[in-house]
Amino acid sequence: MLTYTIRRLLIAIPTLLFISLIIFLILDLAPSDPTASLPLTIPPEVRAEIRASLGLDEPVHIRFGLWLYQFFVNEPINLIEQWTGASFGEESRPRVVSWQTRSPVVDLIAQRMPQTLWVVGTSYVVGILIAVPIGVISAYRQYSWFDQLGTFISMLGFSVPTFFTGVLFIVIFSVQLGWFPSVYDTTHVVTDFASFWVQIKQIIMPVMVLGLFNASQISRFMRASMLDNLNQDYVRTARAKGLSEQVVVLVHVLRNSMIPVVTVIALGVPQVFGGAIITEQVFKVNGLGHLLIGAIQGGDIPTVQTLTFIFAFLIVLFNLIADVLYGILDPRIRYD
Amino acid sequence: MLDHSDRNKLVSVSGLKMYFPIHTGLMQRHTGDVKAVDDVSFDIFEGETLGLVGESGCGKSTCGRAVLRLYEPTEGSINMGGTEIGKSTPRELRPMRPFMQMVFQDPQASLNPRMTVADIVGEPLQEHTDLKREDRLARIYELMDAVGLNRDFAHRYPHEFSGGQRQRIGIARALALNPKFIVCDEPIAALDVSIQAQVVNLLEDLQKEFGLTYLFISHDLSMVRHIADRVAVMYLGKIVELAPRDGLYDDPKHPYTQALLSAVPEPDPTAHDSAERTILTGDVPSPSNPPQGCNFCTRCPQVLDRCRSEEPEFREVEPGRFAACHRLNE
Repeated sequence: MLTYTIRRLLIAIPTLLFISLIIFLILDLAPSDPTASLPLTIPPEVRAEIRASLGLDEPVHIRFGLWLYQFFVNEPINLIEQWTGASFGEESRPRVVSWQTRSPVVDLIAQRMPQTLWVVGTSYVVGILIAVPIGVISAYRQYSWFDQLGTFISMLGFSVPTFFTGVLFIVIFSVQLGWFPSVYDTTHVVTDFASFWVQIKQIIMPVMVLGLFNASQISRFMRASMLDNLNQDYVRTARAKGLSEQVVVLVHVLRNSMIPVVTVIALGVPQVFGGAIITEQVFKVNGLGHLLIGAIQGGDIPTVQTLTFIFAFLIVLFNLIADVLYGILDPRIRYD
Repeated sequence: MLDHSDRNKLVSVSGLKMYFPIHTGLMQRHTGDVKAVDDVSFDIFEGETLGLVGESGCGKSTCGRAVLRLYEPTEGSINMGGTEIGKSTPRELRPMRPFMQMVFQDPQASLNPRMTVADIVGEPLQEHTDLKREDRLARIYELMDAVGLNRDFAHRYPHEFSGGQRQRIGIARALALNPKFIVCDEPIAALDVSIQAQVVNLLEDLQKEFGLTYLFISHDLSMVRHIADRVAVMYLGKIVELAPRDGLYDDPKHPYTQALLSAVPEPDPTAHDSAERTILTGDVPSPSNPPQGCNFCTRCPQVLDRCRSEEPEFREVEPGRFAACHRLNE
């Protein structure tokens, strides 16, 4: 297992380099221009100077090489210096700077990450907590009214996009009923029970919108996987042993059914970071998705490049984690 | 062997019916039943092996599972060692499980892939006894010895074994709680011929050693002849003939049994060429829509008029021999 993991990590290096090249080329081909939002009165020569000051006058392979050096050498050293307080070398290294805000992209991400993790991460956990029991009961009572209702709701949650459910929730619960605020206030600090209650109220809508979407996906997987296992002979064996129905379902069937579901859950984790872009926009959660949308609109290539690369890295990483989990959970799978 | 009157009935099944409902249409209304087991009665005496034979889909396995109450029978009574379990709830059945066990057909699928041999064999002990950890392990080793498995394999997973070894695990598991009665549901059908003999011999040895009673379900007539004391022949959900082994194989009474036995391959080439076989024509009717009268009337070579209208009674035609055929009533 260890050699397998190491081998996979080594393979990940060229994969990620290739991904970064693709992202870089796509951004270069995209017609966005960082000076586009500047006033039209600025003469073309000045515009060209601005572009040159951003390094955009260099050919693409040189810019890519510089970006690689900047991202994989300078930024990690900067990070280590920040964390440990130690200093490597005399002069200060350049940072990857956002063209919009003039602040280092890494700092921007560090500021935005907690909001995303809180809101989207909670919604993922809530989604799993809803999905697993629903999937188990739906499969155990296949074609019952509970199963039919669960199928209907998950089809709904699956097929209706979050930008629609999000707005619908705002119209119903904020505008009509006035129960919850429509905007997520990221500056809110929880100090006592009252402020905690405010936090619950403002987080509940984005969490439920995303949670519904995640839960509908995972509960389908859970149900299908449970059904696969419920009709297996070993379940009949377990009943013949005289085990209680609870043990049969929760120990024998559920443990075997969780194998594919756990990998699906692991593969979904990168979406926690990147996939909630639209929902963050709807509820004005200024997380990573919000940052990415703003950066795309402003032609802020360093920010877009860095964020998309981090998403790509997470996807590669969690693919590996899913494969390793499969090996740990299923004794029939051996990688070495 | 013919006279069983002095022996104890261990299992007594009467009027067992197992119907699976068919739901069709937009509203999924109950429109019919698959009559997998349709009014079956038989007794199994203590210490004997009752063979249950028949072609695929005739309801043998369903019958075996229903007897152990792994299904919810539609009707009928099952007397298991003096306890009526035909209508028991799952909760009432659990303490009965140590008495009756099952060996399954597919040894791969019937073992939980995430449990080691020790877990699989030890789980019933954990559930039904209060043995300590060491005692339980000792019992697991004892069972592994009994079925001829190396003790070193106790902590391996089922996929690491061959088919024959897996079936031994299944048998060890079934034996764990000292059952009196074991349903063997085609325990050798998924195995190579060389391994089949080993497993059947193991089953016979264990029967002698522990005084077990078997219901041995198989479609392999020669294997049933080898292991069974009495044989029941099933066709389309019903038992058509039930007789001591030698009587049944030498002088089958029911036309279906005759046809079935004449289909057994003959190893001698000259005898093979001259053998007069009864070749049945047509297909087995659907168990959801069995024919009127005798179930076999659509294919029977000796069919009478009354067979098409009147269902023959399953009755004792000779001492110890039961059959359901109008011809035998004349």
